[in-house]
Amino acid sequence: DTSLAEVNSFSSSMPISPSSMINQYKFEDGPELRDLFITVDDPESHITAIETFITYRVATKTSRGEFDSSEYEVRRRYQDFLWLKSKLEEAHPTLIIPPLPEKFIMKGMVERFSDEFIETRRKALHKFLNRIADHPTLTFNEDFKIFLTAQAWELSSHKKQGPSLLTRMGQTVRAVTSSVRGAVKNRPGMFTEMNDYMETFSQKINLLDKIAHRIYKEERDYFNEMKEYGPIHTLWSASEEDIADSLKGIANCIDRCCKATEKRMAGLSENLLPILHEYVLYSDILMGVLKRRDQIQGELDSKIDALANKKTEKDLFSEEIGKLEDKVERANNALKVDWDRWKQNMQCDMRSTFINVAENNLRFYEECLATWESFLASQTVDLHVEEDSEDRP
Amino acid sequence: MEDCLAKKLEITVSEAEKRTGRNAMNIQETYTAYLIETRAVESQSEGQCAPVDSLWRRYSEFELLRNYLSVTYPHIVVPPLPEKRADFVWHKLSADNMDPDFVERRRIGLENFLLRVASHPVLCQDKIFYSFLTQEGGWKEMVNETGFQLKADSRLKALNATFRVKNPDKRFTELKHYSDELQSVISHLLRVRARVADRLYGVYKVHGNYGRVFSEWSAIEKEMGDGLQSAGHHMDVYAASIDDILEEEEHYADQLKEYLFYAEALRAVCRKHELMQYDLEMAAQDLTSKKQQCEELATGTVRTFSLKGMTSKLFGQETPEQREAKLKILEEQIQEGEEQLKSKNLEGRDFVKNAWADIERFKEQKNHDLKEALISYAVMQISMCKKGIQVWTNAKECFSKM
Repeated sequence: DTSLAEVNSFSSSMPISPSSMINQYKFEDGPELRDLFITVDDPESHITAIETFITYRVATKTSRGEFDSSEYEVRRRYQDFLWLKSKLEEAHPTLIIPPLPEKFIMKGMVERFSDEFIETRRKALHKFLNRIADHPTLTFNEDFKIFLTAQAWELSSHKKQGPSLLTRMGQTVRAVTSSVRGAVKNRPGMFTEMNDYMETFSQKINLLDKIAHRIYKEERDYFNEMKEYGPIHTLWSASEEDIADSLKGIANCIDRCCKATEKRMAGLSENLLPILHEYVLYSDILMGVLKRRDQIQGELDSKIDALANKKTEKDLFSEEIGKLEDKVERANNALKVDWDRWKQNMQCDMRSTFINVAENNLRFYEECLATWESFLASQTVDLHVEEDSEDRP
Repeated sequence: MEDCLAKKLEITVSEAEKRTGRNAMNIQETYTAYLIETRAVESQSEGQCAPVDSLWRRYSEFELLRNYLSVTYPHIVVPPLPEKRADFVWHKLSADNMDPDFVERRRIGLENFLLRVASHPVLCQDKIFYSFLTQEGGWKEMVNETGFQLKADSRLKALNATFRVKNPDKRFTELKHYSDELQSVISHLLRVRARVADRLYGVYKVHGNYGRVFSEWSAIEKEMGDGLQSAGHHMDVYAASIDDILEEEEHYADQLKEYLFYAEALRAVCRKHELMQYDLEMAAQDLTSKKQQCEELATGTVRTFSLKGMTSKLFGQETPEQREAKLKILEEQIQEGEEQLKSKNLEGRDFVKNAWADIERFKEQKNHDLKEALISYAVMQISMCKKGIQVWTNAKECFSKM
């Protein structure tokens, strides 16, 4: 697969680990079926008189006919991703649009433009675009294509064409109020189930996110104490003769276990933490999708109620109602299909992530076990040697 | 090993009991009493089961015994007692003396102390020690009657000697250095170990939260539910496993603590040597000055300044009879002094010889015990790793079924 090899040579400034590459391409469509490959890398800082911002390189390779070329390279900033997301939500209100990394991270002590922050964001943006590419409907969205292919100035002029900010805000307000007003009573049972599910899921995933962060913190605190623990044994060995080797051996074991702990922590922060975070964001997204579906239904219901009170213009209303009924049916079907797809992916993600956590811990314990066992073997060898020499006359 | 008490007598500290009583100032207090059981070993080999003798002792009586032994055998590295108050605790352990875990570890420590004394070639033959084990009533009075407190050197005297001694045996100076280093490094190690234990506890226990949340989450999942639920159970097992692991580690810490306290016993022997050496140096100095006085009196020359000399110059010389009397006294004192110096020298040499023999014995014991302790620590770590592997293997299987 040539695209993989070339990606590695592009991002010399940012090593992409083999395991994360595999993660990135582990979507429901196997690599053989994909015809759109996207990478996000090479963050660059831009300083203007007004602001400082980061752009990322978005590189695309495709064999699709709709694309004029087979390779594209553009630079995008976070704002552009936000724009894409809102366009997708607009075009497909009841589809599940993948999560974007947040604007700011409140909890972590990460500075706005620290390397760690930028790298975390880059990975999340990469995942965002690839998830869209894998989505059976979203992948063919026109704005998505423009996002991947247009030069900076082309994108700016295209952006200005959509509905204004005010109209978009108005839509959001309407969505919120109509979902409160009566949409719930006519909601098909399936969507009530989804709503109930999402409320519990959201709660649990948020808890898991907190737990995972707690574990990371405890492991880091443990690591910090362990760093001091090994060297004391080395210090002690300096004033001893007979047991100096044993003490140095223990110091060595502790230091190796310390390094293994570091690896374990890295595993958490590379895998479990980002995934749980994404699903925390997903739970908000899904609640939003359900609300929008309710709002669409609400439009239909209020029109139907209005028809019941109308004496004249019934035909016009019936036509409108017919259109709205179609809209509701389309929205419901789209959501149903996308929901099933999301649940499958979620199950897959959770399974592989937690398996990864278990494997991480297994690697950790196996490494520590090997270290201590080899120390023990060295000590018992010494004992046998001592005993043998005592036996000699 | 010579025929020591430990071979003839089985000694255990088998129980601990909370008691209340009135102390010396007639104030109500709570304390712990420990049951010491002894049984003769010989009769066992004949196929008979010897009767078990037992008596109760409290910690302060152990302290009295140890003080007696330290004063009576200053050339011996006397085994230390387990700590009086819980030290180097990490958050889960309580620092309360009445805490059952602390009492249990102290019981083991006291038993260890008695076994150490009973297997020491010199100490095991002591009558007071034997009575401690076998005679409940009147033991305290017996100890006090030995008058050992009078033989004890004052702290001030010892400190004085440490600073003023001119020619201590180099080996003892080195030993003092070593015991200082040993004490410092073991306390540092124990402090950090306690902090590491605390952090490790945190890591394991937080995983317990997974159990609860997985269980609640499994309720809304059809396909993932079973996998989640059973994985959660293993997380609970994981979280619970740390309690036993850390309890075992406390015993390891106690083994190190014993040698932390042994450092003090080593220093006590060094201090005694310094005292004796200082005493010797002072006696030699005194003898030299007396000899000089004698010479001055005999020859009539005043080589050194003395008040007597000045006053006699001012108020007139002494009569020949007075001088004669003085000389006689001085000569007697010089003879006494020389004998004392000879015996002190002998004492000093014996002390160094005997002390050094015990120190060699101690060194071998220390190297053996510490090596064993370090090996046991490795064994504990191996066991912890194996448990971890088992739990996470099970968890991985459950996750695979999600």
